[in-house]
Amino acid sequence: MSVLLNVEDLKTQFRIEQGLVKAVDGVSFYIDEEEIVGMVGESGCGKSVTQMSVLQLIPRPPGEIVSGRVIFEGRDLLGFKPNSPEMLSIRGGKIAMIFQEPMTSLNPVLSIAQQLTEMPKLHLNMETSAAREQAVELLRMVSIPDAERRIDDYPHQFSGGMRQRVMIAMALSCNPRILIADEPTTALDVTTQAQLLDLMKDMVARFRASLVMVTHNLGIVARYAQRIYVMYAGRIVESGTTQEIFAAPRHPYTIGLLACVPRLDQKAGRKLVPIVGTPPNLIDMPPTCAFLPRCPYHIETCKREPWPELRRIAGRQYVSCYVDTGSA
Amino acid sequence: MAELETPLFGFRETLPRTKEFRRIVRVFLSRKIVVFGLIVILALILTAVFAPVIAPYDPYDQNLYDVLRKPSSKYFLGTDAVGRDTLSRIIYGSRTSLMIGVVALGIAASIGLAMGLIAGYFGGLAYAFIMRLTDALMCFPMILLALVVAAILGSGLKNVMLAVGVALIPAYCRLLCGLVLSVKENDYILAGRAMGASNLRIMFLHVLPNCFPPLIVLMTMQVGMAILAEAGLSFLGIGIEQPTAAWGSMVSDGYQYLLTHPILSFAPGLTIMIVVFAFNMVGDGLRDALDPKLRGTI
Amino acid sequence: MTYPYILRRLLQSIIVLVLVSMIVFVLMRLLPGDPILIYVTQGNLESSTQEQIDLLRKEFGLDKSMPAQYVNWIARVIRGDLGKSILHRDSVSGEIARRLPITFFLGMLAFVISILIGIPAGIISATRRGRWLDTAVTTLANIGITVPIFWLGILLIYFFALYLGWLPVFGYTSPFEDFWLSIKQVIMPVVCLSVFAIASNARQARSSMLEVIRQDYIRTAWSKGLRERSVILGHALKNALIPVVTLIGMMVRNIFGGSVLIETVFNIPGMGRLAVEGILGKDYQVVQGCVLITALIVLASNLVVDISYGWLDPRIRYK
Repeated sequence: MSVLLNVEDLKTQFRIEQGLVKAVDGVSFYIDEEEIVGMVGESGCGKSVTQMSVLQLIPRPPGEIVSGRVIFEGRDLLGFKPNSPEMLSIRGGKIAMIFQEPMTSLNPVLSIAQQLTEMPKLHLNMETSAAREQAVELLRMVSIPDAERRIDDYPHQFSGGMRQRVMIAMALSCNPRILIADEPTTALDVTTQAQLLDLMKDMVARFRASLVMVTHNLGIVARYAQRIYVMYAGRIVESGTTQEIFAAPRHPYTIGLLACVPRLDQKAGRKLVPIVGTPPNLIDMPPTCAFLPRCPYHIETCKREPWPELRRIAGRQYVSCYVDTGSA
Repeated sequence: MAELETPLFGFRETLPRTKEFRRIVRVFLSRKIVVFGLIVILALILTAVFAPVIAPYDPYDQNLYDVLRKPSSKYFLGTDAVGRDTLSRIIYGSRTSLMIGVVALGIAASIGLAMGLIAGYFGGLAYAFIMRLTDALMCFPMILLALVVAAILGSGLKNVMLAVGVALIPAYCRLLCGLVLSVKENDYILAGRAMGASNLRIMFLHVLPNCFPPLIVLMTMQVGMAILAEAGLSFLGIGIEQPTAAWGSMVSDGYQYLLTHPILSFAPGLTIMIVVFAFNMVGDGLRDALDPKLRGTI
Repeated sequence: MTYPYILRRLLQSIIVLVLVSMIVFVLMRLLPGDPILIYVTQGNLESSTQEQIDLLRKEFGLDKSMPAQYVNWIARVIRGDLGKSILHRDSVSGEIARRLPITFFLGMLAFVISILIGIPAGIISATRRGRWLDTAVTTLANIGITVPIFWLGILLIYFFALYLGWLPVFGYTSPFEDFWLSIKQVIMPVVCLSVFAIASNARQARSSMLEVIRQDYIRTAWSKGLRERSVILGHALKNALIPVVTLIGMMVRNIFGGSVLIETVFNIPGMGRLAVEGILGKDYQVVQGCVLITALIVLASNLVVDISYGWLDPRIRYK
């Protein structure tokens, strides 16, 4: 399987009133063909900003992509201006994205038909009637009942779960190579979540696309992703296959995350184990490892040295840490 | 609790504790034009209060030897058709405008807010009736309504205040009603009722205080509107009776001499504009400082 | 297309209509002076005997109770009879019929201009936020809502008519009589009438556009690879116009209010000046007619605006 997308040392910063926020501070990852990759991390760790940077959707007065390369189909996307014809054709056409809030991500004054046919008409030069037929077919694929009639309805006439299905249909309408799903199920209830995730897995397999699942929910990545990247404070701290990470997490943060999750096979009286401390304030961060204040494994080196580079540990697992937690 | 505190190693505190009030003041004063507006308003208040001290001449003093003088070192802005010093009249006019602005506002606010509060809080028939009444009032152009009310009550400062006040009522009613409707849905109101608080208590202690930010902004903007309305009324010759110094009637008086003495109309009109502008800018500044989310609504 | 929303609005409008008529009636009755005596004095009928006065009173229906007078008055209004004017020696309806088209002409021009200039200015300045165009538009708009329009009128007269001599000082000619003279006379009044509306349209359009641009569905639109023009015109515009449209109802009302002042400054024989003359001359039937007609027109335009609101925002249609 060849590499579809290769992100190298991406850095995105926001200059706000209180200081400089290094939202993405040297992130490198890759996406293969036809695979499902999970990006895990808590709110504010930079996982969403990373994806938005790939598509250059960062609002540019406060934000700026400072450096890095995004290689897609042999070209560095960051070499193009954000609204250049090249970037416009990539967005939606080759790399599509769906967002977290289904209730507000669809335009309330346009019908579903209008919003579903927009992309095929633009990127694939389809005729309106053909685009509409395809749209109805897509709605059927994502299990919207009575698609023929409902396609002319407006977003407010759909529930949250159904709106997210429409978003999925919309994202796939131009047969993109990569679908980026940014916390797609966070705003929905658990049963709807499960249905939607199964649907997404199904659809990307059908369309032979890759899926990037950005989430803070470990359960989701465990079940659906083949590879995982764990992010903290703007950097990737651990990466590997799902089996590797879940069987033997090595970064203190990942260890802490997995330890938080209550398990059915534990004794009833056992206390919950949180990660101590609070998420870091990203403004004007010092160069040391960002997890330092909360890390139970830290040593003297961690206080003096800058953030550690990612080192390969085993198989495809990489960790950014000075401590060998495997033997601790 | 010591368990949850971790050494920060040079990282910033996650939730810094800035004082809300200081932040409001800082945002408010951040735009130069807002500061300009604030200075103008303060100057206006000072002028109105200290008018007898500041004005070089008595505004009612008719000096028939110095009729229609051009601006000079003796009469800074010249004199009008009966020899009164224009500058002094403008200075004293600030009293009229300020009084009208504040009192008309007070009338409009107290009646309008009461209506809005009742309509929003009790809903149902009260809401329907009050809303339709407000709709009906808003079918009349403000000037016309104020004109008719002023004609009913007769001329004079107090009556003009009442007339302008009546014309401004609908805006308050509408705004407060909308605010109350949204605040009412909040859980802390429900909690209050569950604890047995009476309706009146909830209305005044809980609902109303949460409506203050947009109200304050509206009131500031409306002072400007009130001053404009009064100016319009006195321009038309209804309301402030001669010889009281009022900017609007000064503009109208000067109209006849436009060709030869344009300053008679220009100066008071410019003053009106600067004052109203100041109030609007301060209103904008307050809105940005108190709740920028209001930007689309007011 | 009988959406429940439209029905509800129609019903509300009827109630408001009734309330408006009641308010006008009450206000007129509150005006000082016995209308009969005023009629008699101003009609130079001082020599009338008490009997003749009583006869007049009966003729005008003023001897009946308030509610009965109200009903009578409504009945007459529906038939088109708005009373007689004292000053103009003509029926009120006749006088209004002569003057309304003039006010309407100026008002329509101001209305159209303020929409064509104000809204695009606001939208463009929102999309170019922070740059010089935005600053210019915002500053001008802020000034525009504070200018006292009667003063602006005087300013313009001084500058363009007296000083430069380009435009006539005042007066009005129908465009059907002398087109170019009419245009020249109409420029300054229309400018004055439209300043406030242009400014407030621009402000509202700008702020609602800024609000819309921040929304999630605009982010979605960008992520679809649409060009800026498609995002702004196809997705943002319709949403941004919704609050602006509600403002349009206010515009009609403000333009009428402005007419009262502008027609006085520029000596234009329109409805606004008719109302003022009526108040000053205690010609209360005229005032009553003007106020009523004005309110009705504002009411009708509000209704039209609210219904078109339903077309813009599909969420409203089914409520």
